[in-house]
Amino acid sequence: MKSLEELAAIRDRMKDKVVLREGNGQIRVVVGMATCGIAAGARPVLNAFVEGVSKENLSDKVTVSQTGCIGVCQFEPVVEVFEAGKEKVTYIKMTPEKAAEVIEKHLKGGNVITEYTIGNAIS
Amino acid sequence: MKELSLNILDIAQNSVKAKASCIEINLDETDSTLSISIKDDGCGMTSEQTANVTDPFFTTRTTRNVGLGVPLLKLAAEQTGGELNISSSVSPENHGTVIEAVFNKNHIDFTPLGDIVSTVTLLIQGAPDTEWKFTHRTGEGVVSLDTAELREVLGDVPLDSYEVVRWMEDYLREGYSDINYNLKQSE
Ligand SMILES: Nc1ncnc2c1ncn2[C@@H]1O[C@H](COP(=O)(O)OP(=O)(O)O)[C@@H](O)[C@H]1O
Repeated sequence: MKSLEELAAIRDRMKDKVVLREGNGQIRVVVGMATCGIAAGARPVLNAFVEGVSKENLSDKVTVSQTGCIGVCQFEPVVEVFEAGKEKVTYIKMTPEKAAEVIEKHLKGGNVITEYTIGNAIS
Repeated sequence: MKELSLNILDIAQNSVKAKASCIEINLDETDSTLSISIKDDGCGMTSEQTANVTDPFFTTRTTRNVGLGVPLLKLAAEQTGGELNISSSVSPENHGTVIEAVFNKNHIDFTPLGDIVSTVTLLIQGAPDTEWKFTHRTGEGVVSLDTAELREVLGDVPLDSYEVVRWMEDYLREGYSDINYNLKQSE
């Protein structure tokens, strides 16, 4: 059985990271988690970002959060990336695999994957 | 919707948007009925808004024309011969909203509960500063999670930290397996 002691152990491991988090957040990843997004598979996409950011130790510069309906239901799952001083990037029809690629190339490498963006779908 | 847990997600996200500081999700199950209640201490609605909220053409949002959260849950309940009740108050002393839906589980049009564990963890992860009280009472036993208790252990560590989110998910899944509640069967 999962116990509160286990949670206490997590707390002790996390303490250092939390200090880092507070300095944080040049990049914000926002996943559309309204029911239209979830029906299209946004849950595993959110999990892939949360897990990937934690595993790649990006938590000090990247925060992952949820939002409601982004308003382009036909392109769900939709993920928006906000970075100070740059234009917002909107990724559409996301999957956990694409999320892993975005973490690697965009969040770590600084290169937008144009192929997956909404601009690419519309033009 | 093919899972009631998605309806729950929709309704509870309204509570988050209403700036609730505490949201309670209670599921009560017998052999033949399921009752879902979502209670918040958010801004609440006037009696006119409350009357309108079950109407699919009402929403205060401008980004989408129709709000469907409440009407869809009402429909899901009514098509099993159940019902939906909503009460809300904007009074400064006790503002907030309670939405309760009752389902006949054995009705052919009953929508299964679905992945309630993911829904609850998702909600907490999405609004980690809100206090969440989740309680599911079944004939076999009770599964519950109270974020106030977790916060006491966690101190400054936020509820949306990756490891904490995973812990909550495992905690709930183990809770269900301890009472032999078949989550898969209800999907
Ligand atoms: N718990 C609540 N507290 C306060 N207002 C609410 C609550 N639930 C719903 N509302 C109001 O009713 C409106 C319609 O809700 P809903 O039918 O779920 O549609 P949507 O959220 O998609 O607009 C919301 O925009 C909100 O203004």
